[in-house]
Amino acid sequence: MSDTPNIGFVRHEPIPPSPPPVQQAGVVKWVRENLFSNWVNSILTILSIYFVVKIILASTPWMWNGVWTTSSLRECREVLQGTSGACWSVLAERWNQMLFGFQYPVEAYWRPTLAFVLLLICIAPILFQKLPRNMLIFSAIYPFLAFWLIWGGTLLTPVIVALSLIAGYLAFVKVERLTGFATALLSGVAAVVLVLYLGSFVTSALPEFIALEPVASRDMGGFMLNLILGTVCVSLSIPLGIVLALGRQSNMPIIKGICVVFIEFIRGVPLITLLFVANVVLSYFFPPGTNLDLILRVIIMITLFSAAYIAEVIRGGLAALPRGQYEAADSLGLDYPQAMRLIILPQALKISIPGIVNVAVGLFKDTTLVSVISMFDLVGMIRGPISSSTAWTGIYWELYLFAILLFFVVCYGISQYSQWLERQLRTDHH
Amino acid sequence: MSSTTHTETSKFSLSMLINDTRYRSTTFQVIALIGLIFAMGYLVSNLLSNLADAGLNISWRFFGETAGYDINQMPIEYDNQMSHGRASLVGAVNTLIVAFLACVSATVLGVIAGVLRLSNNWVVSKLMAIYVEAFRNVPVLVWILIIFLVMSNVLPQPREFRGDAAASSMWFDMVAFTNRGVYIPRMIMGDLSWFVVGTFALSIAGVFVFRRYARHLLFSTGRLIPTVLPSIGILIIPTVVAYLLLGRPIGLEYPVLKGFNFSGGLHLRLSLIALWFALAIYTGAFIAENVRAGIQAISHGQTEAAAALGMRPGRIMSLIILPQALRVIVPPLISQYLNITKNSSLAIAVGYMDITGTLGGITLNQTGRAIECILVLMLFYLVISLSISAIMNVYNNAMKLKER
Repeated sequence: MSDTPNIGFVRHEPIPPSPPPVQQAGVVKWVRENLFSNWVNSILTILSIYFVVKIILASTPWMWNGVWTTSSLRECREVLQGTSGACWSVLAERWNQMLFGFQYPVEAYWRPTLAFVLLLICIAPILFQKLPRNMLIFSAIYPFLAFWLIWGGTLLTPVIVALSLIAGYLAFVKVERLTGFATALLSGVAAVVLVLYLGSFVTSALPEFIALEPVASRDMGGFMLNLILGTVCVSLSIPLGIVLALGRQSNMPIIKGICVVFIEFIRGVPLITLLFVANVVLSYFFPPGTNLDLILRVIIMITLFSAAYIAEVIRGGLAALPRGQYEAADSLGLDYPQAMRLIILPQALKISIPGIVNVAVGLFKDTTLVSVISMFDLVGMIRGPISSSTAWTGIYWELYLFAILLFFVVCYGISQYSQWLERQLRTDHH
Repeated sequence: MSSTTHTETSKFSLSMLINDTRYRSTTFQVIALIGLIFAMGYLVSNLLSNLADAGLNISWRFFGETAGYDINQMPIEYDNQMSHGRASLVGAVNTLIVAFLACVSATVLGVIAGVLRLSNNWVVSKLMAIYVEAFRNVPVLVWILIIFLVMSNVLPQPREFRGDAAASSMWFDMVAFTNRGVYIPRMIMGDLSWFVVGTFALSIAGVFVFRRYARHLLFSTGRLIPTVLPSIGILIIPTVVAYLLLGRPIGLEYPVLKGFNFSGGLHLRLSLIALWFALAIYTGAFIAENVRAGIQAISHGQTEAAAALGMRPGRIMSLIILPQALRVIVPPLISQYLNITKNSSLAIAVGYMDITGTLGGITLNQTGRAIECILVLMLFYLVISLSISAIMNVYNNAMKLKER
């Protein structure tokens, strides 16, 4: 203590660190490092900002000055008097046609709308595993409910189809305990056919029992048609795709050959040629006298189309499973159907979900192709009835921006979900 | 000695066809085959009876009959007195043209966008992300129609190029953008032009030989000779010399305004340009994602290891990163080329006369031979798809990691 009496000043706390130079901190540092780190980057930054500003300057007044209340493009131009502005009136006047087509009864618009809202509730438990599992009951009921809401008619029709499927399932379970998988499947199918046959008497006797006004398939149109085709075809093609994938993976050369030829043929041709088939050729292959309407034929062809792609995705999932899973199932003494249902498919399907979702997004976008065979989906409505009407000839940006917006919202939403799911399913740790 | 004798040959019962694994797969296959034959037979008999009812038959003779319609883009000789077969061929060539153009531009666009999306530059990478997401999530048909409509509404009419105080003017007196299409200069091949083309082809081969030699020299002696400038020299100098020596056999024909329209030069129709651009931009967004995934798949340790060995950044990219990234990028890239070829059938929406427009459109409507036309149409696309897949398989096998 007494050794250091002469020290006049002892600092007890450290000097506070001085702030870094302005160029090395905060926003300035970030801008320097990220936007202007070298001359190539600087040029790119300036070009991009110029580009973005130019687009915003050009489009904002156009959108903001838009006219909403006129009834034709000519009136729009009179109101705008040469200033830049969009003619949003076409959307205000024709939004219902773009969403529902031009023949769907106006007083029934609530039905597809309700079906769409319920669709969201129906797929929620399928997409998100954390939701209560009881909601799956509604998902099982939904297809029949949606059919009734959109197509109308008596409630008995979907109820009987549902009953027949339940009967088929019960018969399958009962018979499978006694014998093997193949006989059980046959008896299940027989039960379905039997109940459907008996039910047809009931529906024809009571056509007005809790009935909605029936709407014919050819009256469907607009974005609703895209959604119907997308959801129906994807959900129908998943079981078909599973069968095709299993067939392609099997050891039996003939079955494998059939599946390979089918898958490669469908994947090798454009969807549009398949739609041509649906439009002009397919009716030749049905027994004389049957008259399927166009939407049904299109659903058949699009389902075959997407089944081939989904089969390839599922085959990837099957191939990605470790060999040990197959051997483990064999060593437990499970036969092929049991091994597939209990061990292989649950795992293979789980890892194929992101791929299936991608196929679904692609397919949903491809449903616009039906406008080429003169069906009036969203694009078909824009190209056909709306653009050729005298009031709105010559208008295009407003209409197509609406279409872009609708498709972007749906497809971007699904693809974000798919990426989220991929992160959820990833079990390794980076 | 306990000798259990197997009596395999005896006691074959019918139930063994189902219950014995030795026979079961054969049984199932036979059942499947019979089912398939019956299904096919059913469909074909339906087809025949339907055709008989409609008074039709299957015949291929219409391919030799006079087509009688004009095609607005004729890469090979054609007029409306030629046969339907010839018209289909013109359409097929048009399909290949637009598919080739779109593949090249989509690759360029996709590689640029994919690399830029990984850039540290926040503005640029966000802009590329917007491009990729915006174009991937909207149907390509919508893009085709929008580009077509915008071009035909925004670009000036040819008559606006007339007069001294014209409202529009050509670029460098060579290129004219009109609402009927774009007019660009056309190459006129003189008599001796094939020598120039041949020289150019030989120079390309020469560059490959030179680079092989340089690499051989490097590997055997360790001597590194410059390759970039000599390569460019080999590529350009002989061709230019041949061009000048032979008296400039290749000329350019410029588009000229005559009356109310342009004549001369090469006329790229709006339908071609709309289809080409839309396919390129749409598929470019997908390719950008493939490129990004490919580059990100190479772990950073590879770059660091190469740097630790003392390699320069350019060589790290060309010798370490790219060869590995290409293995990831190329297979999806080729399937995008397949998608372009298949999506080019959307030409029918803007009236571009590809094979779907000629064979599947006008020929089908004129002759009413739907089954034959669509069958040939499908076979055409199938052949293209299968050949591209075959090339891809060869590539994959060559590039496969050789594991020992």
